[in-house]
Amino acid sequence: MSIFSLSRKNLTRKPGRAAVLTLLIAFLSLAVFGGSVVVLSLRQGLASLEARLGADIIVVPSSAQSKVSFQNMFLQGTTGAFYMDVSSLDRALEVEGVEKAAPQTFLASLKADCCSIKIQVIGIDPAADFTVQPWIARSYSRELGDMDVAVGCKVEAEVGEIIRIYDQRCKVVARLEATGTGLDTAVYCNMDTMRALLAAAEEKGISHKITSDSEDSISAIYIKVQDGYDIDAVNSRLNGHIRKATAVRTRSMITGVSDSLAGISRTVTLLIAAVWALAFIILLLAFVLIIRERTREFAVLRLLGTSRRMLGRMVLLESALCSLLGGVIGIGVAALAVFPFSTLIETSLNLPYLRPALGVILLLAAGTLALAVIIGALASAGAAWRLSRVDPGTALREEN
Amino acid sequence: MTLQAENISKRYFRKTGAANYFYAVQPVSLTLEPGTVTVLMGRSGSGKTTLLHMLAGLLPPTEGQVRLGDRLLYTLGDAALSRLRNERLGVIPQGRSAVDTLTVLENVLLPGQLYGRAADAGEAQAWLDALGIGALRDARPGELSGGELRRMAIARALSQHPDVILADEPTGDLDDENTALALSALRGAAHDHGQAVFLVTHEADALRYADRAFRMDAGRMAEA
Repeated sequence: MSIFSLSRKNLTRKPGRAAVLTLLIAFLSLAVFGGSVVVLSLRQGLASLEARLGADIIVVPSSAQSKVSFQNMFLQGTTGAFYMDVSSLDRALEVEGVEKAAPQTFLASLKADCCSIKIQVIGIDPAADFTVQPWIARSYSRELGDMDVAVGCKVEAEVGEIIRIYDQRCKVVARLEATGTGLDTAVYCNMDTMRALLAAAEEKGISHKITSDSEDSISAIYIKVQDGYDIDAVNSRLNGHIRKATAVRTRSMITGVSDSLAGISRTVTLLIAAVWALAFIILLLAFVLIIRERTREFAVLRLLGTSRRMLGRMVLLESALCSLLGGVIGIGVAALAVFPFSTLIETSLNLPYLRPALGVILLLAAGTLALAVIIGALASAGAAWRLSRVDPGTALREEN
Repeated sequence: MTLQAENISKRYFRKTGAANYFYAVQPVSLTLEPGTVTVLMGRSGSGKTTLLHMLAGLLPPTEGQVRLGDRLLYTLGDAALSRLRNERLGVIPQGRSAVDTLTVLENVLLPGQLYGRAADAGEAQAWLDALGIGALRDARPGELSGGELRRMAIARALSQHPDVILADEPTGDLDDENTALALSALRGAAHDHGQAVFLVTHEADALRYADRAFRMDAGRMAEA
């Protein structure tokens, strides 16, 4: 019987002892893996939000209640529409330090017969856009044609499907990559399509017109500031130059999210650390109890010719087997708790949440397993050392 | 192979009393020849078990040395001494000496398997049968009585064919019939298989199986 099979029998035939160690390690792994996946998803979401915003400043109508409504659109996917005159775009381009200015127009569809689904429609100007197109390009290599739409990953429509928006038939030509933000619930079209949709909405009584003589309205202007210019200064100049509009630094939108994320990260990290510290102490105590329980067994094994090194290996092997099993259970339970409920987590945290790539998750799982085995080995190392140094003669006499 | 103790003693320090140490075993020399049964008798606390543990390589003597063939036990490193104990010595300790997670048969086979030697389950079973516990082969130690565990330990030592068997009170928990069975088996190991058998016991009956007998009193050993 090898040391490995002896270890295996020690575990399977003393299931209570093995179960305690396994459950403790499972608990640790659950905390680490689950917590890390949540924090990573939030970080990924923030990175995605930054990438999608992709501008230094966003100008929105004052009626958008500054950044609040706008932020909600990004983070929660709430539909909304606010408009300003298209002349604001020209005004923005006049401001010193503005390198690029890309307009976007929003339209919320209705939960009514005229619309297949209630969604946020965002019109972009392909000639000026520098934020949405790089994202669309990852899923769709051509330019969006008239009455073509690209849908966010959470929109219930497949490529090739026709969706109705204010009774206009739009063809889904692309399904976009997930961003973990409210943008995943929106559909994107070019400005010509948007004009047609706005006109159709007008017929249904949904007015977007700022003044009766203006045909074109826009909802937001994405500004890229020229290198060497102070963004705050440009922001101030925009606020002074464009009437009835508010220029908001994107960083200020992200800072709020980032602060919340930092707070959550800190809390999760503290929780993980507390769970690990507590469980490590419990593991140490468990091993102290095991030393007491197994002194005679080890004395007998020494008597039969087992070397100290073999005994140490046996304890470490038992600990490694428990840790591996506990790690797999913990990771499995965490995966079952975190992955199917990512939408719920996103909604309850009210933060951008984007699951990391499979490779990252697998790496995280492997790291958690390695950590579980290392912690198990560290906790059992003292026991292994003490048990391997049991003086069999004395131990056998004391137990008689 | 002969096991020789050359002037070995065991001295322990103590905090109280006139002297600050005492001898558990006074200097003693002893040779365990192949094919002989040596019996050591004495009262509890007289130093018998301490002497046996020193002979088994489990307790380094304060003075003197223990030699198995041409190898000095206490000059060996832990790995070499452990292997030598596994391959050459069969120790039957006092009390329970089973690994609880193994069955009776697995316990008997364990010493050989620790170092990858082929297990002869048939022979192990034969020893269990001979000692009257063959039917318990698949039982776990927790299900066995003290006497049955003693017999299991005897079967374990005998089935490994060691050069030397060191048995500490092997019949302690046995009734007369099983005592006779156990002692006969140990004598058979010496006389039929050429092993050196060293018995530490309270049982006066054991003297009938002895080729040589000693008595120990307050750590001092003398020919009985």
